[in-house]
Formats: sequence, structure tokens, C-alpha cells
Amino acid sequence: MNERPFDEGGLCLIPSEEGIPRALLPLDLPENYLREARFLKSSGARLKGIWGATSETPSLYAAFLLKEGLVVLSLSLARSTLSFPSLSGLFPAAGRFERTVRDLFGFRPEGLSDLRLQTNHGLWARPPLSDPDNPLASDSPSSPPENYPFVRVSGEGVHEIPVGPVHAGIIEPGHFRFSVVGEKVLRLETRMGYTHKGIASLFHGRSLAEGARLASRISGDSAVACSLVFSQAVEQAAGIAPSEGSRFVRAILLERERIANHLGDLGALGNDAGLGAALSLFSRLRERLHRTSLTVFGHRLLFDTIVPGGVSASLSASAIGHLLGECDDLTREISQLERIYADHGGLQDRFQNTGILLPEVAHLYGVGGVAGRASGQAFDARVDHRGDPTHRFAPALSLDHTGDVAARVRIRFLEIFESLIFTRSLLLHLPEPPLSMALPDAPEPREGCALVEGFRGEVIGWVRLLQGEVLESVHIQDPSPLLWHALEAATPGNLVADFPLINKSFNPSYSGTDL
Amino acid sequence: MAITSPSPAMVAVEAVQLLFVLLFAPVLYGWIAIVRAFLSNRTPAGLFQPWRNLLRLFKKETLLPEGHSILFVLVPPAFFSVIAGASLLVPFLSVSPLLAPVADAVTLVGLFSLARMTMALGAMDVGTPFGDMGARREMMVAFLTEPATLMILFTVSLWSGSTSVPSIIRSLSDGHDLFHPSLLIAALAFILVFLGENARLPIDNPTTHLELTMIHEAMLLEYSGPLLALMEWGSMQKLLLYLLIGIDFFAPAGIPEAPTFLSVLAGSGILAGKLFLLGSGIALIESLFAKLRIFRVPEFTALAYLLSTLGFLLHFVLEV
Repeated sequence: MNERPFDEGGLCLIPSEEGIPRALLPLDLPENYLREARFLKSSGARLKGIWGATSETPSLYAAFLLKEGLVVLSLSLARSTLSFPSLSGLFPAAGRFERTVRDLFGFRPEGLSDLRLQTNHGLWARPPLSDPDNPLASDSPSSPPENYPFVRVSGEGVHEIPVGPVHAGIIEPGHFRFSVVGEKVLRLETRMGYTHKGIASLFHGRSLAEGARLASRISGDSAVACSLVFSQAVEQAAGIAPSEGSRFVRAILLERERIANHLGDLGALGNDAGLGAALSLFSRLRERLHRTSLTVFGHRLLFDTIVPGGVSASLSASAIGHLLGECDDLTREISQLERIYADHGGLQDRFQNTGILLPEVAHLYGVGGVAGRASGQAFDARVDHRGDPTHRFAPALSLDHTGDVAARVRIRFLEIFESLIFTRSLLLHLPEPPLSMALPDAPEPREGCALVEGFRGEVIGWVRLLQGEVLESVHIQDPSPLLWHALEAATPGNLVADFPLINKSFNPSYSGTDL
Repeated sequence: MAITSPSPAMVAVEAVQLLFVLLFAPVLYGWIAIVRAFLSNRTPAGLFQPWRNLLRLFKKETLLPEGHSILFVLVPPAFFSVIAGASLLVPFLSVSPLLAPVADAVTLVGLFSLARMTMALGAMDVGTPFGDMGARREMMVAFLTEPATLMILFTVSLWSGSTSVPSIIRSLSDGHDLFHPSLLIAALAFILVFLGENARLPIDNPTTHLELTMIHEAMLLEYSGPLLALMEWGSMQKLLLYLLIGIDFFAPAGIPEAPTFLSVLAGSGILAGKLFLLGSGIALIESLFAKLRIFRVPEFTALAYLLSTLGFLLHFVLEV
């Protein structure tokens, strides 16, 4: 990956058999990093994540998604300063990523105005992923971890409602700070990182097999997306492409995960609006999907089904029949539920005009996935970059423009139906049994990146492999950080009591891949 | 009406009334949960689950939040006593129990308001945002439903010319036509008021865990152990009492005039049947409707007020 993908401003991304076209662009000078970022911004790129790595040189990575594909900039930092230019002026979502990098790696964002602690909740004295030999990295950031300074809203009758990190229900920990007047929300600020898992350290020094197991366990609802993005990144680094059969099974697995999660979200949305019966109706279907996954693929949440080089599951003729039958049943039952949702006046009254994410705001934060498509952001990695086998039976783009909870509900229904049709076509045209390929070893370190359309949105992955198939650094990033931004933008102006519904309609993960 | 010397039978009926409300309120709660579970394809937890919950809470230690005052501790017993006291005023096993002379419908409304006020004070005592939010919303719902409640009372008391509950029951259960349009409309209004006053869907979701949407539950968030049990038990009794008042006003058939052992027994049987039927109705409403956006509550209560006023006017148009 040493070719320069940008050639006099033109773009040259390396196409790949399965995933989307992608390019890794190594840079040495901060000026070049800023210049490339500006150029990407002007080309309509969306920032998907910024992370760090401390290999032989400390490096900073930033992933951007263009209509044409994924571009990852990698900037080598000077050991003497460990500083990098902040992209927050170009991409508003960059700030929190950069604060995370600062907290974990001790790198210094230049030009970032918001320097509050992000991932560091006062539990470590020096950045845990920093180079232990570099004295610069141990300079902890300024503000004390306790009493996190939320932005205050002042005015007559304004008061704050702190919610969490411990909630009344059994959910993940996260803190919300509402500034309200009466029932109306003026500002919402989220604070996450209570469940930082240290995934980056866990990956370090693992073998590929261990890495694949870990990747599928990062986030239970995105097991397939995370392990697929990990495997694709490894495959790109190794320069191999999985067999046709593997690609088909992987696509089927990804759609199963999407359908199951969308069903869960739809049921939970009904439940949050007070329609408890909806939750049991949707949970029933989701449970059925999980049980089929257990019998056909060996795991309810499809853990360990995808490995670098292929898949660990194969489909027998009877299993294909079983899955096809399930597709038909689900299509029928979900159609009925969709009609119930669409016709339920009380439910639609709660959904419509609630939590509107304006298309321009969605664009500003680069929000993709369900939330983005409900706000007119016509991005879907499966539709835009039709790798194999997607290009043969490409699912239609689900798009809405109202950006409210109702739109996000509609998008989920549309996507379920598209996924079912897509799965059906894949099952009917399943080629020869999938084979896992061996990965060729190479003496020098290699890097690879990938992007997968998970159920929330784009999941990106990046790996750096050492000789002997040892993982040096891995970063997997789900879209939750961007969705938290979207939620913060969509909540003000709504009633406090409507917040749980809005939150559920975005469904960002509190833990994310590693918030 | 002068206070007559208390006969042993009347004292016994009053005691049985109190016991019935204390013991049966959690069972009715359990019944509503069973029907709700049945309507949404879930396996119910059983008729006595609320009782098991209460007993579990009574066995727990009491944890008090930081910064509470004595008010916080006094509120649960006060709330519980006011509600239990109200059960002595609502006649349901005999038309005219011992405390009949004070069994005035307006008194009852006052008692419920007192109970609500104590609960709101307890919620605001600790000064957490959720308690304040719950109390604020509860008071909003309350002041919006109260006019409708009073209008319903006036409508049903038009027949008796008095707001005394025994005289309302008597006037409605003897002589007149079985079907009164004014009462039918008032009954519809009463259902709306009932849902609002008892924190049921579509006004409030009694089973929610989303602290930001809560009304009733938000006020109880800081309570634990026996204090929480008293609050929960009191709320269950309040729900039962509202249903009993509804039965008194709109379906009083079967309430014995003279309390004898057999008539009380038969009366309890009929009453339990009515309550299970009403409980199923509540569960059905709760399963079919989504929760209203909180600022739609005024529309809901305005509908209740409109209906009750309509009932009031219909009495003069059609029935006099």
C-alpha cells in the first residue's frame, strides 16, 4: 500500500473483490495531513474516525469515506513533540476522536479548543497506550477528571438534569446532561467512556485466530460487522481475496445481524412509546432468528463465524431450505407489523416530528447508517460500492428526508425487507461450498483497512500485521461516536420525556467498539 | 344526616371494607398485569406477584438518600394512611357504612388530593431532578383532571341532589330508568380521569424504566424497602378505590342496603367479578394505546372535562 492514491488531485483507490475500494495514504508532514484533509473535505468526504498507534513511530490515522471509497490518512508524528494538527475546524466530529487519542496515546492535538478529558475518567495517571520511553506522553491533560465541565446554559428558569451513568433500567452506562426550561430541552451533552474496554491493548501481540475471536466479541450486537471488517482489513494487508462461497456466506451473515438488530430496535421503539405488546411481537421474531442462527451457524449472535481468509460456517442444502423458509415467514409477519405501526395513531403521533435530525446537520457530522439515510444522506456501503456478491443482487437504497423518529422507523422496515430479498437471492445462488484461504506470511509489517455497512452504519477497521501473523495494532470503529453527535443535535427543542424515544431511534452504543 | 349509634354489624362491615381494600388491591394489580401479559404474548408472573413484591420490599432495610429531611420519611405512612382512610368512606359492601355521613364525594376528591400532595412533597424533599420532574408532572396532570372529576361528581349527584355517596348510590339504584345518557357520558369521562389519576397508559407507563418519561415512578425513585412498599401499596389501593367509586356511581347494582353476613358475602362476590372485568378493560386499553406525548395530556383531560360537562347538560336536556 505504498502507492500514492492521490495523483494531482485525482483519486485512485484500489478496488477490491469483496469490500469497498480503499486506500492507505502515509504522510510525514502535518501540513500534508491538513492539506489532504482539506482536499477530502472539499470532495465531500465524511470523517469516520481518528485513532493512534505506537509502532516504531507514533502515528495518527484518520479515516474518511468518499462516494468512491475509503481513504485512511496515516501521519507519522515527531517524537519530540507528539503533536498533530486538529481537524476539528474541518470536521466537527473530529474533536472527540482527537481527545480520545490524546487521552489514550498522549498525542497532542494542535488547534483543538475543547481540551476536556474524554476517555480518561481519572483512572490512569499516564496515557495507557503511550510509548513508555517517551517522557512527553506522560504529561497528563489539564482539567481534573472529577467535575467534568459540561457546557452551562444560563437564563431564567434554565436548570440541568443529570442522567446516569447509572440508569433506572438495566442498560449500559452513559451520562446525559440536559439543560431544560420546563419540559423543553435547550441543550444535551453526552459523556461516555464508562465502559472503555481497552480493546486496542487486547489486540496487541495476538495471533490472527485470537484476533478474529476478539473482534467478534467487541460488541455483541455487531459481532458480524466487527469480525468482517477485521477479516477484510487483514485480507487486504495480506493481499488475498476470500473465495466466492465465503463472500456469499459473509453477506448472508451480515444481513442476518442487520435484520435481528432492526427487529430489536423496532420493538424497543414501540415499547418506549408505551406499546408493550410491540416489544413482545418483535422480540418473538428476533428470538426466532437467533435460534435459527444457533442451529445453522452454531451461535445465536453469530460469533466466530467469520475468520480472516474465509468463513468457519458452511451451509448444507437443508440449512439453505430452512433459511429460505424463514425469509418467507419473516417477510409475511413483518409486513403485518409494519402495517400495525403505520396505522397506529398514538404511535405515529409520538414518532412524527420527534427528534428531527436535519439533513445539513447529518451531513456536517458525516452521519451515515439508518440515522443518516433517514435524514437524506444517500450513503449505504452495500449500495454505493457493490463488491461481490452485492453487485449481483444489490439491495435498493432506503432513503427518507424527514429525519424524525418516524423516518428512522420507516428506514428500518425498508432495510429489513431489502435484506430479506437480498438474503433470499444469495441463498438461491449460493456457489460452491466456502473455503478458507491460508494467509501468506511476509517479513515486513503490513497494513490494511476496510469498511462494512453494519446495522448502525459504517464500521471501519484497520490492522497492522507483523511478521509471523502477529497483530501489532488494530482499530475497529463503529459509528456510535457520530451517532451521539447526531443525537445531541436532534434532541434540543424536544420534550425531555421524548428523549428516550429519540435515543432509541438512533440507538448509538454506549460502549461502542471502544468508547 | 345524624350519626346513628354504631351497630356491631356496621362496624364489622367497615372493618371488612378496609381489609378488602388492603388485601385485594395488590391482587387486582396482579390481575391487570396478567391480562396485559396475555394480550402481548408474554407469560404472566401470577396473581400474587404484587404481594410477593410488597413482602420482599418490607423485608428489606430502609436506605435513605443524602440530604433528606424528616418529611421524606413521614410521607409514605401519611400517604398510605390517607388512602386507607379513604377506603372507609367509599361504600361498596353496604350502601351506608358507619362513616356514611362524612362519605361525601367532594371529601374523597380532597383526600386523594391530600395524598397526592404528600407524595409530591416527599418527591421534592431530596431535591433530585427526577423527583422534582415527577412531582411537577403529577401536579400538572392532577390540576388538569380535577375539574373533570368534580364535573363527573356533579353529574351523578344530579339525581340525588346531594354529593353524599350513599345517597348517590340509592338514587341511582332505585326506581329510575336503567339507561341514563348523562351517566353514560359521565362514565366515559370517568375512565379518562381514572387513567390520568392512577398513572396508567396513555398518560403514564407504570412499567417503564425510562426515568425521563416517568410521572408516578419518578416520584418514588429515591424510596426503597418498607417506605417504597407503603407507597406502592397505597397506590394500588388508590387504583382500587377509583374503580370502587366508579362502580358506586355507574354500576351500583348488587351493593346490599342492609349489611347481613349473606348479603355482604354475595355483594363481595359480585364486586370481585366487576373488578376483574374492569381490570381486564384497563389492561386492554393499556395494550392498545401508546403513551401520549406529555403535552397532549391537556387535550386528553380537556376531553374528559368536555364529556363530563356534556353529561351534565344532557341531564337537563333529556332526563328532567
